[in-house]
Amino acid sequence: MYKHDVLIIGAGLAGLRAAVEATRLGLDVAVISKVHPVRSHSNAAQGGINAPLTDRGDDWEGHALDTIKGSDYLADQDAVEIMSSEAGDAVIELERMGVIFSRGEDGRLGTRRFGGQLVARTFFVGAITGSAILHVLYEQALKHGLNVYEEWFVTDLIIEDGRCVGVVALDIKTGTLHSIWAKTVIMAAGGAGRVFEPSTNAIICTGDGLALAWRAGVPMMDMEMVQYHPTTLARTGILLSEAARGEGAHLLNSEGDRFMLKYAPQYEELASRDVVSRSEQTEINEGRGIDGNVLLDLRHLGREFIEDRLGYLQEVAVEFLGIDLAEQPVPVRPGVHYIMGGIKTDVDGATVVPGLYAAGECANVSVHGANRLGANSLLDTVVFGRRSAVHAAEYIKSVDAGSGSDEHLNATKARIQSLMDREPNENWAAVRNYMANEMTKGIGVFRDQASMEGAKAAIRNVNERMPNIAIQNKGKVFNTDLIFSLEMEFMADVGNAIVHSALTRKESRGAHFRTDITERDDENWLKHTLAYHDPDNEDGVRVETSPVTITKWEPVKRVY
Amino acid sequence: MNSKLKVSRFDPETMGSGQRRWDEFEMDLHPSATVLDALIQIREEVDGTLALRCACRASICGSCGMRVNGEAKLVCKTRIADVTEEGTTIVIEPMGNHGIIKDLVVSLDPFFDKVRQVDPYLQPDEEPEQGEFVVNNDSMENLLTAMNCIMCGACVSDCTVLEVDEAFIGPAALAKAWRFVEDPRDDQRDERLKELNEVEGGIWDCTRCFKCVEVCPKDVAPMDRIMEMRDMAIEAGNRNTSGYRHTESFSKSVKKHGRLDEARLAVESAGYTNIPRLIDLAEIGVKSVLKGKMPPIVPHKADENEKITRIFERVESERNT
Repeated sequence: MYKHDVLIIGAGLAGLRAAVEATRLGLDVAVISKVHPVRSHSNAAQGGINAPLTDRGDDWEGHALDTIKGSDYLADQDAVEIMSSEAGDAVIELERMGVIFSRGEDGRLGTRRFGGQLVARTFFVGAITGSAILHVLYEQALKHGLNVYEEWFVTDLIIEDGRCVGVVALDIKTGTLHSIWAKTVIMAAGGAGRVFEPSTNAIICTGDGLALAWRAGVPMMDMEMVQYHPTTLARTGILLSEAARGEGAHLLNSEGDRFMLKYAPQYEELASRDVVSRSEQTEINEGRGIDGNVLLDLRHLGREFIEDRLGYLQEVAVEFLGIDLAEQPVPVRPGVHYIMGGIKTDVDGATVVPGLYAAGECANVSVHGANRLGANSLLDTVVFGRRSAVHAAEYIKSVDAGSGSDEHLNATKARIQSLMDREPNENWAAVRNYMANEMTKGIGVFRDQASMEGAKAAIRNVNERMPNIAIQNKGKVFNTDLIFSLEMEFMADVGNAIVHSALTRKESRGAHFRTDITERDDENWLKHTLAYHDPDNEDGVRVETSPVTITKWEPVKRVY
Repeated sequence: MNSKLKVSRFDPETMGSGQRRWDEFEMDLHPSATVLDALIQIREEVDGTLALRCACRASICGSCGMRVNGEAKLVCKTRIADVTEEGTTIVIEPMGNHGIIKDLVVSLDPFFDKVRQVDPYLQPDEEPEQGEFVVNNDSMENLLTAMNCIMCGACVSDCTVLEVDEAFIGPAALAKAWRFVEDPRDDQRDERLKELNEVEGGIWDCTRCFKCVEVCPKDVAPMDRIMEMRDMAIEAGNRNTSGYRHTESFSKSVKKHGRLDEARLAVESAGYTNIPRLIDLAEIGVKSVLKGKMPPIVPHKADENEKITRIFERVESERNT
């Protein structure tokens, strides 16, 4: 029988950082991931990680305020204070583990500017910061001899007496189901970009962790807050980092104007992401776009600078579009990139289900509120990944392991067998592509009652079709047809939570911009939406609200 | 555009080890579509049993290494138009030198075992009292070549040494080792070099075929990293290897004769006191004589070989100043 003190679902930055911490604390730790750790989507973070380093003149409260303003005052300020004040140590620690951050002439860590901040406090490794940190955390995992269930797919959480005590998981390479018991489970399973199309997200970002926790009774908080990144490539949705603008790139419309000067006179191209994406979409909607895009212009930075500091961007532009950034501007447009919403946790990563913690993109602490600042996601993963492990280590001192019964495993076996036995009918891919396109239409950069109702209808349609999805592949070994069908169930839950949360919020705030209610309404809506799984309610969702924690920054009008 | 793909299939549940089947697919694709786009379309619309790995679609996660027309590539950054012409068929197979799990999915366990073998983590004797390690930025930027490695396995797939010698640590793991040898924050440089110099399958087993440099999708150039470690290992005093003796004998012979003295090279590489190896060589020598392949005992000199000697002397004096 598989049994551990701590089981971490997901091996990206949050999961591996939690694993390293729990291992250091002397616990029996395992990580379970549907892909090898170095394939995790943390790889795709390009531009950097924010940290106010107080030993060189920055102050953490400055970063906290930028984060809170960026969140359009929806972030919980106690959580932001923790993130900002722990950021310096978190980044220094990564450097000491071996991350090759870029440095200044003095041999100390160097920075670049990022959006929503006037101070340059983003630490980086070219345009591969996420990948560089992920590989170093994996090195640390190897150093500590971490147990990894590699290419194992979690199908269910095991809940006994209201506590989370393990998971049921499918070993993808053999097709066999197993129970893995643990005194505590940390969910670090990443985002859900695949609920939309196109998206910058990897094919693996299907909201598994969100849906698993949701079904166990944890609310998803602020799910309407979906970030559209301002610079993604047309057709494929591949990301071009904000680092380009951080290093001085311009955004141009079809008339060659730097339109951001008009929308954000002080921050220009480096306003918050929601602001820049709306500005771009406005230009496009008003006829100053180029085939639905605007232009990102790096030419004035020069070839050497581009290749040195933004090498990966050049690689992507050349390989995928055949555009040399030193010679030609590249067409970009807003694209789904990140989900601010997530499993509601406290500042220690704990959810309402004892024994279940969450960290990283699948969690909502909440430090990003209605709009995340670029380079705050990596910070979020390492700060709250570590904290969740520390707290989980305390928690397990007072609890026993689960029963070890085969009941959960057998229930999952029966469920999957019935899925495998269905007669060929609906194909998961057709359902996914339909849903994802409808979600992008309905829950866009701009949205209104009608568009969101459209997305809700699409999700209903999807849920009607779900029982008809059949598995063409009847084999056991590496049956991705089965995995994708199970992921489709997770994505439908996440989509459901998103549309109901979006329809609940009757104001415009951060990424949730309604063209039919264009103002922020602090009097009625300075609060979080909480979407609960509730089979008795229409569509199986119940949306409640809860207050936002304000410590010392009173909400004011947000101007860039 | 209209494209034809021929895909290698293997199902461990119905086929024996080493067997395979070829499936052909004809499809209409966007002109800038990638090989991965095509495979995903097959998986989603034609044949849900096709197994492959992929995730980021943006050449950063390293999942989708495969052989396209016989050469290892990341299929997410391989455009159909770049690997085919009208009317030709694109051939897609799993990577080489890795065991096949199913269709295009290979086992990377041996790959990561070898990465583990080089102690792939920073080992400083002590950490700074406060803040980060203070080191020169150029020394950090130097490491980026190897940090670009995404562990896709393409170099291992097409490595000609691994094809015949499973013990070779291989290009990816050795590039990873280089990254720590060159890191000024690491205090195990000498120990690492000594180990890589002596261990079976270490830095001297590369045959410099350039294949890993050619196929690496991230310009890591593993072979160059291996050659640099050979130099570093020698400079650090690791001279008791056939690799070092081979290098020395090679250069001594060319300097003196303007030509390679193959007979002496073999003996000197083995080392004059390496009796078991010399006995092996004697056997090879006898066979060579019988087949008329024995190199001359007294080497022929190149015409005007003194000019070559002068080149050597000049390079050596420049290096010493």
